[in-house]
Amino acid sequence: MGDAFAGAAWLVLAGDAVLLGIVQLSLQVSLSAVFFASLLALPVGAAIALYHFPGRGAVIVLLNALMGLPPVVAGLLVYLMLSRAGPLGSLGLLFTPAAMVVVQALLIFPIVAALTRQMVSDLWDEYHEQLTSLGTSRLRAIPTLLWDGRFSLVTTLLAGFGRATAEVGAVLIVGGNIAGVTRVMTTSIALETSKGNLELALALGAILMTLTLLINAMAFGVGELAKRRYE
Amino acid sequence: MGVPQKTLPIVFEGVTFAPSGVSLLGPLDFQLNAGQRTVIVGPNGAGKSLLLRLCHGLLKPTAGQIRCGDGAEAKSPEYTAVRQRQAMVFQRPILLRRSVWANALYSLKLRGIPKDQARVETTAALSLFGLEALAKRSARHLSGGEQQRLALARAWVLKPEVLFLDEPTSALDPDATVAVEAAIDQFHANGSKVVMVTHSVSQARRMADECLLLERGQIVKKGPVAEVL
Repeated sequence: MGDAFAGAAWLVLAGDAVLLGIVQLSLQVSLSAVFFASLLALPVGAAIALYHFPGRGAVIVLLNALMGLPPVVAGLLVYLMLSRAGPLGSLGLLFTPAAMVVVQALLIFPIVAALTRQMVSDLWDEYHEQLTSLGTSRLRAIPTLLWDGRFSLVTTLLAGFGRATAEVGAVLIVGGNIAGVTRVMTTSIALETSKGNLELALALGAILMTLTLLINAMAFGVGELAKRRYE
Repeated sequence: MGVPQKTLPIVFEGVTFAPSGVSLLGPLDFQLNAGQRTVIVGPNGAGKSLLLRLCHGLLKPTAGQIRCGDGAEAKSPEYTAVRQRQAMVFQRPILLRRSVWANALYSLKLRGIPKDQARVETTAALSLFGLEALAKRSARHLSGGEQQRLALARAWVLKPEVLFLDEPTSALDPDATVAVEAAIDQFHANGSKVVMVTHSVSQARRMADECLLLERGQIVKKGPVAEVL
């Protein structure tokens, strides 16, 4: 066991090319997923907070429920969509990083949308009389509230990023864990552990843990900064 | 520089506000005319703040109608345009989580005022209300009096025909109260109609020409301050 830890430390310190390639792909996929999911989830979450429409309650319940969407179910759905016989099969995305971005975005979307809805709803309670008085329409209020809640939203996005980087089942199904193509940290850890290659698994695990810690430290730091500067 | 007045008078005709069937205000028949500074006084729960919100169109009457000078009716979509020619400052200033400068600039951005003009007007307003040196500070870090002056500066750049104030000095110390009252006087001097809710009889005497005494949702007296109070 001691040798495995020593080997893992060496891989990290030496900047092993395979290790770095896996980490780089993981970050690319997860950051892209957060970006694309947020493009849609932020305005959708804000719109659900501000507009009242038939079935709004059901949409909120659904969004909240989908925050716990099992990754393998998301993976299966995206697999069926992207497989050759599926409706999007002609795009040829299955077993590519793009498919992994799609499935991670699907997992992140409800988290970002639901947390955004709650944050915007709370801000709207506080601001709505003043914004209405100033002549702000609900549509115009969306960017205003998203901007004023920007520090809370950073935490929301980091939560989405954390979900993406920690996920294994969905990316395994749609990515196929192909070395050098779709192999990311979590799928590599699962594979290398089963192969008995504990050095690489431990090194990736350490990097994943470090990333998780950094994400939480950033969330905490951003929150503290927000309190000091604007609250 | 006077503010042209199209939204006055504001006329209440049999106005009732009874959400969920419980009457909180009315029936009310009166009108707010241009020129005079009006103060609304009365005990807690009399409906002063509700009345102010009805005047500003933040609440819609459940019965009767409110019409303004150019004929717009409070329940009609046109009243949004009326509201944009008015401004309201609340008891607790509601400020964006941004700098003092950005708060004052926000209302001009909403109106689509060109950037250069907006900057000039924002600078002038902050200077007028003694906030120029604080422009880069977070609005939420200001003292209560400074926050209220910022709320007034944000209203000032809109050149409102009517300024509604809901107990603007109730949480302020005497010095801050004097500064806020001086800021409110600027609006009156500039031709804006000032309508203020207050608990302070002395403030009502200092700051108003006309007084509405409200009790249990009814106007029990209306007339010159010296007669009503």
